[in-house]
Amino acid sequence: MKTKLCALFLCPNFNHLVSRNMSQDIHIKKGLDIKLVGAASREIAPATSPKNYRIQLEDFHGLTPKMLKKTGETVQSGEPLFCDKDRPEVVVVAPVSGLVQEIHRGERRRILSVDLLADSEQKHVKHSVVDLNTAQPEQIKALLLASGCWPLIKQRPYDVIAGVQSMPKGIFIAGLDTAPLAAELDFVLQDQVAEIQAAITALSKLTPSVHVSLPAQGSAVFSGLKDCQLHKVSGVHPAGLVGTLINRVDPINKGEVVWTIQAVDLAIIGKVMTQGIYDATRTVAFVGAGFEKNQYIALKQGASMFEALKQFGLKSGSRVINGNVLTGKKSCKEGYLGYYNTAVTAIPEGDDYEFFGWNKPITEKVSITRALTFSWLFPNKKYNLNTNTNGEHRAFVVTGHYEQVFPLDIYPMQLLKACMIKDLDEMEALGLYEVAPEDFALTEFVCISKQPHQQIIREGLDLLQKEIG
Amino acid sequence: MSLKDKLHETKLKFQGKKMAPAFNAIHTFLYTPNETTHSGSHVRGADDLKRTMNTVIISLIPVMLFSFFNAGYQHFSAINGFPAEFNMWEHFFTFDNLWVGLTTILPLLIVSYGVGLGIEFLFAVLKGHEVEEGYLVTGILVPLIVPVDTPLWMLAIAVAFGVVIGKEVFGGTGMNILNPALTIRAFLFFAYPTWMSGDKVWVHQAVERAGTADAISGETVLGYLAQNKAGEYTYSVSDMFFGFIPGSVGETSTFLILLGGLFLIYSKIASWRIMVSAVIGALVMGLIFNAVVNAGWITETSKFYDLMNFPFWQHLIVGGLAFGIVFMATDPVTGAQTELGKWYYGFFIGFISVLIRVFNPAYPEGVFLAILLMNVFAPTIDHYVVRANVARRKKRATSLPNIQTAH
Repeated sequence: MKTKLCALFLCPNFNHLVSRNMSQDIHIKKGLDIKLVGAASREIAPATSPKNYRIQLEDFHGLTPKMLKKTGETVQSGEPLFCDKDRPEVVVVAPVSGLVQEIHRGERRRILSVDLLADSEQKHVKHSVVDLNTAQPEQIKALLLASGCWPLIKQRPYDVIAGVQSMPKGIFIAGLDTAPLAAELDFVLQDQVAEIQAAITALSKLTPSVHVSLPAQGSAVFSGLKDCQLHKVSGVHPAGLVGTLINRVDPINKGEVVWTIQAVDLAIIGKVMTQGIYDATRTVAFVGAGFEKNQYIALKQGASMFEALKQFGLKSGSRVINGNVLTGKKSCKEGYLGYYNTAVTAIPEGDDYEFFGWNKPITEKVSITRALTFSWLFPNKKYNLNTNTNGEHRAFVVTGHYEQVFPLDIYPMQLLKACMIKDLDEMEALGLYEVAPEDFALTEFVCISKQPHQQIIREGLDLLQKEIG
Repeated sequence: MSLKDKLHETKLKFQGKKMAPAFNAIHTFLYTPNETTHSGSHVRGADDLKRTMNTVIISLIPVMLFSFFNAGYQHFSAINGFPAEFNMWEHFFTFDNLWVGLTTILPLLIVSYGVGLGIEFLFAVLKGHEVEEGYLVTGILVPLIVPVDTPLWMLAIAVAFGVVIGKEVFGGTGMNILNPALTIRAFLFFAYPTWMSGDKVWVHQAVERAGTADAISGETVLGYLAQNKAGEYTYSVSDMFFGFIPGSVGETSTFLILLGGLFLIYSKIASWRIMVSAVIGALVMGLIFNAVVNAGWITETSKFYDLMNFPFWQHLIVGGLAFGIVFMATDPVTGAQTELGKWYYGFFIGFISVLIRVFNPAYPEGVFLAILLMNVFAPTIDHYVVRANVARRKKRATSLPNIQTAH
């Protein structure tokens, strides 16, 4: 009786009282679409063939590399470059065949990146494929590990490369990307439906259920998929984040593990399953106001972006971001494509002062308030945002703003504070197992106190994994 | 070289020095800094804490301007009697009235900001952190919630107490338990009780004229009610609503407070949940008191009769209740922080305000005490709201079929 009363009086929303699996359709109201100028047109630019490749270790959070190739050795495309020291079966493979040119090391000889020089003629490692209809889970796992596909599978809790022994209660895949200027998945994956289906069929052997989200209006790529549960998703960002899908479909409880895989990586996995070849090629969107031209181009993981950036007319004074503006990593005009990226964004740097920027009316920036900010008047306007923080770091003051852009059944500010004070019990109780840093990108965007939310969550996850995981 | 470049160079000179926070506070007042994102999201929303605070200040400007004129209007009306046929331009918006306001309220404002910001700068320099903007709002709230003739030295001591004990000892803006402006108000009330209550402090010069041939009264509506003299005041409901009554500097005009509140709700800076639930709380308590009178449980001889008999909705338009609900209860730092908690928090502020107002033997007002009390309870309310979420998560974990997991 007491708990029922509590439930009645203390429920902030009543969604959870309805069974989550009742409806397959998900609509996200709490969130924010940040509309920026510079979306990629549906055109694929002629491919450049970069010679230089770099695998950056910052892309593999939590992985301690042990080199399997030395400087000066040759590799084939798909041949292991390094493995995880703690789990040698997890390998990262070369995206091209060529020469291991240099291994960059930082403090205490920590490996930062591995440079490759591509051969003009490409040789692929070919694995023997399995019959997906009769394959055993162990066979599929072995192929994923050997082919170098394993790092494409991430797990929650902790948002790290999946544990080899972990038994996921579900595998979740976002079939739509609602991030600002995201690549259109239906466009970049249009010719790879067969590979994606093969990947899903293979993955469905490893878990009780594979969940795929897709746009409510349907999708040429995802609508017809078999061996998985499809969830139609509509609404504002973060509708397309896999964390939102998990929270709505089957939230993670203590002791449970789910896997997440990017839709574009299904194409890589699918090709391994059907042809035995690891093909690192992606159709990458070059977006944002920092380019003269916004188009797609085919690039392999780790490829030098130098020529592509030149081809798309990178403007001076722009920041190049590996990924989208909310979660991407800072790069530069000599940068290399990140391991997981489907988009490269360039936006103007904002390293300039603004006279009385805090009190004059603002029409050229995005805000969820109406404090002399007028973006609410123009819901369809596209903005040219720069990297200025628009204010300084402060203590948490305002409340209620994060909740407007955070659709998960979690208290965002309370969880952030639990992470900041390193209170493991609270972190666990408030739902840290369910989230990844990217789930806090929007709260970070709207934060008046300019707190580094994603970093706080990342550090919290690392601490929790070290102490409990 | 432009001002921008000069300031940039000076900033570089100050970098790492002890006085850097003081310089930066002034610099960032003039120019939003050239800081760019270096972790997480590469773009950020338009709002910062300064803009948020500034929005609250904008919402207080009409109240402030009205208070200048009302200070003079109450002063002259107490001497000459209220005009028989009130004309807004002839009797209210006059230069004489404004002059009284400027000479009495501006000094309060200057002392409030001077002492408060001075302490903020001092702590920032001593502790090596940036000057946070919390006091920008506190500084304008303080003169609006004190009697017009509050001696400046009293105010200075109270502000120093409020900022140091109410805020800085907890770690500054964002860390305090109690609303700093109300801590200042409470300090004045408890440190100088004889000065701060009674019928002589609400109108300019009433205190200094007391006991002389020119003595004037400045009793508030609530003051009359507390003495069971409901029949003696001549203020109409419209006077009370528009604010042509004596009281603390900025609390009288419910109309302008309402406008400020609507602006804060529209701009999404203050919580409408707190405001609405506080109004509901006050109305409920007022109705209960009215019902007690109607039921005949107390008679006219009771010393609470007039306050209890006061029409329940009129509680909202006299005293500091409206001002407290709109500008004090909605302080996000000291209020409840969960959306659901805000409903409970606001309701009890309204409810307890009217309760204290009626039963307080020393002083017929309870808003600041009610809000301070609820400030203390806000974390408890949030705790239970958040625990419900936690309990739900735990229940989910145990009710689902257990899937074997290994790492």
